[in-house]
Amino acid sequence: MRKLLTSKWTKGAVFLVSSIPFVLLSWGLLRGDLGINPVETLQHTTGDWTLRFLIFTLAITPLRKTFKLPELIRYRRMLGLFAFFYVVLHFLTYLGPDQSFNFSGMWDDVAKRKFVTVGFAAFVLLIPLAATSTAGMIRRLGGKRWQALHRLIYICAMLGVIHYYWLVKSDVRKPLFYGALVGILLLWRVWDSYFRGKGTAPAPVKSGVSATV
Amino acid sequence: MLIRRRPELTYADVTPKGVYSNRRKFLRDLGIASAATALAGEGILSLASPSLTAYATSKLNFVKGPFSTDEKITPINDVTHYNNFYEFGAEKDAPSKNAQNFKTAPWTVSVEGDVKTPRKFSMDEMLKLAPLEERIYRHRCVERWSIVVPWIGYSLSAILKQFEPAPKAKYIAFQSYYDAGQMPHSKYTGIDYPYVEGLRMDEAMHPLTLLCVGMYGETLPNQDGAPVRIVVPWKYGYKSIKSIVKIKFQEKEPPTTWNNAAPNEYGFYSNVNPAVEHPRWSQATEHRLGELFSRKTLPFNGYGDQVASLYNGMDLKKFH
Repeated sequence: MRKLLTSKWTKGAVFLVSSIPFVLLSWGLLRGDLGINPVETLQHTTGDWTLRFLIFTLAITPLRKTFKLPELIRYRRMLGLFAFFYVVLHFLTYLGPDQSFNFSGMWDDVAKRKFVTVGFAAFVLLIPLAATSTAGMIRRLGGKRWQALHRLIYICAMLGVIHYYWLVKSDVRKPLFYGALVGILLLWRVWDSYFRGKGTAPAPVKSGVSATV
Repeated sequence: MLIRRRPELTYADVTPKGVYSNRRKFLRDLGIASAATALAGEGILSLASPSLTAYATSKLNFVKGPFSTDEKITPINDVTHYNNFYEFGAEKDAPSKNAQNFKTAPWTVSVEGDVKTPRKFSMDEMLKLAPLEERIYRHRCVERWSIVVPWIGYSLSAILKQFEPAPKAKYIAFQSYYDAGQMPHSKYTGIDYPYVEGLRMDEAMHPLTLLCVGMYGETLPNQDGAPVRIVVPWKYGYKSIKSIVKIKFQEKEPPTTWNNAAPNEYGFYSNVNPAVEHPRWSQATEHRLGELFSRKTLPFNGYGDQVASLYNGMDLKKFH
């Protein structure tokens, strides 16, 4: 298992698999085959995958500690950056086809509509995380400060779920499902820090641990 | 001129393609599509395999009616595979999948309430009540998508006029058919059933308000509200109640399903109005299916000339 996790081939495979939603969306767009409401398909699919990748990213540490597989950390940055990649696409489909690149309409939405407000906030908060994901930035910030900054992902994930929950008309099963997953992953952290005390080492953020995406 | 249907044909005869649609469903279920769904989630699948769901309908005889728009008609495949019919699930593609075996014959519509002589109509009687007309209407969903549909039916007033309502009757209430056994997906949709809607008497009597039995030249597909529905083109789509079994004259404003579910979001009137925002999104623009960029939404969905006078002096923000 460890050998598998440290193989560069595995990492490449995870990268390719994570790109499949993007490849399928692009292929569908080129073929004009994104369903009856392609704009909505783009928005929903990219939104879904943003939440999923946020959840994958948040799952790394609990899995790593529970199953004593420190090698899993090699995948965290890549998964986090995929979450960012999909949220950028999500934002662009909103700004483009939906708002016709009209920024005043966008600000109006952000100010007035709370599901847009929280979604936009989550997107903005993810920008510094993506920007400081390089080894150089980790070094420059120092592990502790970097760690503190990157705890913003907890808030992003919660805002993402609320964004989804406030958006749907009445069938809230899917947002609740995502909410439950995020809840479990965050409660695990509360539990972990409470019972394991301060002795637990924070997640390794040494620059050499993971390769760049 | 109206070409009468041959009397020996009854409404029960008009769904012969049911077997055909089942065959398609069977083939689809066998295909790799279902396996792919399980693995990849519906988001990806909808990209990979366009829906093959068929719909069972039969030809209708009709004449061209008034009020038709000359805008581009939305392709029938879009209208039949992207819509809301919460009884069959809350996803846009759920009705086309889950309504295929919906039993629409025999069908009876009961007209009752504050009238001298209540009466029940069979579908055959409904079809012969007035000449069928094709009306090409814009249809604007509260969710901001819109379509252009060639509906077939006649003004609802044609049936209402056959009754002698009590003077106190000021509203018409509608009720959809509901059977949890046939509509298992309704459980998770978060609204109460049976679905109910209502109109003020002058709205119900307005010639634009359509008692609709078909679209695109044929009877209504199950997922679009077979066998008979209401179409009110200047109001948000959810006012156009599907698969109705009851029309009731009454004194009080009838409760309506979406108003019950979220009173601050969906009012009784629900007139299309770009100036009144939904609490969660702007109604100023809409996404016409088949177009890339949004277009402006028109007051009363573009039917202001015909219906704006119904609301003279009313605060349309308060009575949204």
